[in-house]
Amino acid sequence: MADELILLDVHVSMFGMRVRVALAEKGIEYEYREENLANKSPLLLEMNPVHKKIPVLIHNGKPISESLIIVQYIDEVWKDKSPLLPSDPYQRAQARFWADFVDKKIFDAGRRIWTRKGEEQEAAKKEFIDALKLLEGELGEKAYFVSKSIAKLVAWAKRCMEKESVSKSLADPKKVYEFVLMLKKKYGFE
Amino acid sequence: MAKSASVQLLGSWASPFSNRVQLALKLKSVEYELVEEAFYVSKSDRLVKANPVYQKIPVLIHDEKPVCESLVIVEYIDEAWTGKGPSILPSDPYERAIARFWAGYIDEKLETASGDEEKFAVVGKVLEGFALLEEAFAKCSKGKAFFGGDEVGYLDIALGCFLGWVKVAEIIGGGKLLDESKFPGLAGWAERFLSHDVAKDILPDALKILEFFGKVQAARAAATTAAE
Repeated sequence: MADELILLDVHVSMFGMRVRVALAEKGIEYEYREENLANKSPLLLEMNPVHKKIPVLIHNGKPISESLIIVQYIDEVWKDKSPLLPSDPYQRAQARFWADFVDKKIFDAGRRIWTRKGEEQEAAKKEFIDALKLLEGELGEKAYFVSKSIAKLVAWAKRCMEKESVSKSLADPKKVYEFVLMLKKKYGFE
Repeated sequence: MAKSASVQLLGSWASPFSNRVQLALKLKSVEYELVEEAFYVSKSDRLVKANPVYQKIPVLIHDEKPVCESLVIVEYIDEAWTGKGPSILPSDPYERAIARFWAGYIDEKLETASGDEEKFAVVGKVLEGFALLEEAFAKCSKGKAFFGGDEVGYLDIALGCFLGWVKVAEIIGGGKLLDESKFPGLAGWAERFLSHDVAKDILPDALKILEFFGKVQAARAAATTAAE
């Protein structure tokens, strides 16, 4: 029986991107379903009742949530092709540590840059840049510790965010910026 | 000069995150040296060097290489000493994903709860968490003694380290949090976990924690007065 894989996601999500990169690296076929976060599908609410967030990977009807957990799941189930994590336990621990760091320091600060103003926003910007510098320093020396996917993801995120923080204009990725503007208006952050 | 142990834990008997690592090391029968860090007073040079990013305990140092973040360390222990003693994480990838999900949920819940000033809000969050974990326990244990099944596993460690602190909160607050009438599965599990060989000698009891808590408050107050 063929595997049934459905990915509930949002195109501009960096968390969703992680999972898409992982699936692509493994050459896995799946059905992509774009969610409207303002109108979440009954399937999303059923498959991730705790957080109600994307991405959610549904494998033969069973849901897996949280992007880093999904990536590890993919690596473990499709273990015979293109490993995503290193095989050495110490290097795996480093990869997990830095992926968690990216979540805590970079994505979280990035989100606060978009959603806060004034002092809070300035503080978030500083935190974000400090975190990127730290990550760059560590990755530069130890790039071989970090899985290809995570490194790609960080490079992508950094490119996006650097462009945004350097120029407030509609830079690439335009879609992300417009999406965030829409969110800001909708949830009253203006 | 004595040769330093090849496995060192920068931690503290009083830290539940440190306890997680101790529990995992015990499960795998790994000998190690516990280096007690007075984390509530200051950060030692040794700690800052081992964990420059967060400067927090626990840090596992294995053959001079540091591993940080308690859950990352527990997975590392499972993988570095694979084949020695029981597996900490389940072997099935889906069950592993579920265990990791709930462990992450616990840490996230704790972080948001500790940010709350209002006791009422904190209690609310804890009870909300217990309700979900009660369901999770039913699904993960499948009628057996622990989240890990017949044996103590990853999620038992991730949650079990807080049991002493839950009791302390009950003593201070004067209300039952882990109520066996509301959360029978979890309450039964808690009792079994606390009396398990692995946990007995590692998890501090509520009174010891309370005493420690008092000491921390005093140390912090003294530090503030000294600074003024």
